[in-house]
Amino acid sequence: MVLDYTSSFHYVLALLPELVLSAWGMGVLLVGVSREQEGGGGQELGWLALAGLAIAAVANGWLYSGVTEEGATAMIAVDRFRLFANWVFIIGAALSIVISLPYVARQRLQAGEYYSLILFAAVGMMFMASARDLMVIFLGLELMSIGVYALAGFNRRDRRSAEAGLKYFLLGAFASAFLLFGIALIYGAAGSSNIHAIAVAVQDGTIATALMGPGVALLAIGFAFKVSAVPFHMWTPDVYEGAPTPVTAFMAASVKTAAFVAFLRVFLVGLDGLYAQWWSILWWIAAITMVAGNVVALVQSSVKRMLAYSSIAHGGYLLVALVAANDTAAAGLLFYLLVYTVMTVGVFGVVIAVGNQTEENSRIEDYAGFGWRQPVLGVLMTVFLLSLAGFPGTAGFIAKYHLLLGAAQSSLWVLSVILVLTTVVSYWYYLRVAWYMWMKEAPETAGAGGRITTPFATRVVLVVSVAVILLAGVFPGAALDLAAGSIDGLRDLVAGSGVAAGP
Amino acid sequence: MLTQALLLSGALFVIGTLGVMVRRNAIIIFLCIELQLNAVNLAFVALSRYTGIEGQLFVFFVMTVAAAEAAVGLAIIISIFRHHETVNVDKFNFLKW
Repeated sequence: MVLDYTSSFHYVLALLPELVLSAWGMGVLLVGVSREQEGGGGQELGWLALAGLAIAAVANGWLYSGVTEEGATAMIAVDRFRLFANWVFIIGAALSIVISLPYVARQRLQAGEYYSLILFAAVGMMFMASARDLMVIFLGLELMSIGVYALAGFNRRDRRSAEAGLKYFLLGAFASAFLLFGIALIYGAAGSSNIHAIAVAVQDGTIATALMGPGVALLAIGFAFKVSAVPFHMWTPDVYEGAPTPVTAFMAASVKTAAFVAFLRVFLVGLDGLYAQWWSILWWIAAITMVAGNVVALVQSSVKRMLAYSSIAHGGYLLVALVAANDTAAAGLLFYLLVYTVMTVGVFGVVIAVGNQTEENSRIEDYAGFGWRQPVLGVLMTVFLLSLAGFPGTAGFIAKYHLLLGAAQSSLWVLSVILVLTTVVSYWYYLRVAWYMWMKEAPETAGAGGRITTPFATRVVLVVSVAVILLAGVFPGAALDLAAGSIDGLRDLVAGSGVAAGP
Repeated sequence: MLTQALLLSGALFVIGTLGVMVRRNAIIIFLCIELQLNAVNLAFVALSRYTGIEGQLFVFFVMTVAAAEAAVGLAIIISIFRHHETVNVDKFNFLKW
């Protein structure tokens, strides 16, 4: 089916996953406020939200199975890049909801608001992936961010959560202002906010250079805040540590994915012609992010904080793909984001289980002897950590390998060496947790908090995630083909489409 | 006229940025962010004289987003005020800043 927008119904079809999820999120909110407030519980609302994600996944699959658009210049892209990213968001949101189920019940959070905020944030992410217009990216980013600000401060009884919410809100809004000023200047320089039109204007040389330079710089700063690249990462460890753990998982996995997807489309499609100007800035940011993220992670004593620095480091690896700016690297980035989402939410799922659905037991010493007490969770945690470290045989290794392939294609040798060396450094802090789990005796006092109950659904999801990671680590072909197919044609400009002169 | 308008917008943006960095009251910081957003609105309106009506349209989007941000942001500030009895960000040191 070809969407040519002659009928207004085509607009609905082009936005089907987003519309389904928005309507469903409002439905979850209504069911949430209308049900009896017996305190706690709310598991059925979580399952309701998951059903909405399943329907959105079906809608996304229908679009993926051969719906194309006329022109490829409209504000909302109907291309495989967007739809692949949508899969990643749906998986990330679904996994986060499953690991939230026991946590929300135990912490007596308002389930209706909680799950609908996750759905609304997922809609915002989908808009960021589908946007072929800088303004739509901004709106999607804000829809996502406002939802996640509220989620980070969701546990009002916990002062850490409130503090994380405030820090995330102030710095997130600050970053959005930079992004928006960048958008305004680029809009002025290119005469349009359409990414395709900007690309055409850059190619034709009809841009106002005096506005374009600062605009691109401000836009890059805004995105660097959102992907928590060093030196714009200061909020990340605090917010990740203070936010409720399932929200941290959602932030680390999906929010970062969304920011990278939009980053990629703007810089590799819209500003591709200015590569010579922006690549060296991103080169330095990528290098510093990889080094600082990994080195500071070494000295952390809190597991959540360590994982926050680890997510900063992963952001650095992903920035290498942006600097490489070729199709191999872009496909590698998509594959990496998929793998990263699964393993990050998985590792936080185990952290929640160890904390027994609270914010306790988050120091690395609390993991002493954990592997022998809970062998299943211990093995799962070990696989997640190995995959995050990029150990051969796991999907994390394949993903990193493809980033390196992309970097090599653009002859980024120094950056590749930094990537490999910092990966070696990262083995230390990932394996330290595994070492505590298997090699250390549990202290006597752990007896009281030693009982850990994990619901069946969480266990199933964690086992499936590990299976996916191992399977994609040994037979990555299918997922890699999917990622490579999603990049096809993304960076082609439609010649003579004349959008720049359009109304 | 465009140059002057953009310079004014840039100046307002810088004032907002400095305010965020220098001031310690969470509400003032938030107001400085609003100042930045309004600086951008001014740039949009000025530019739209040369690039078409879209720029003025964007201003409405930005205003709506700013309102939504204010709603969530003030709620978060109230929730932290309940714990600390202050909105001075230097006092929020439960997490390392």
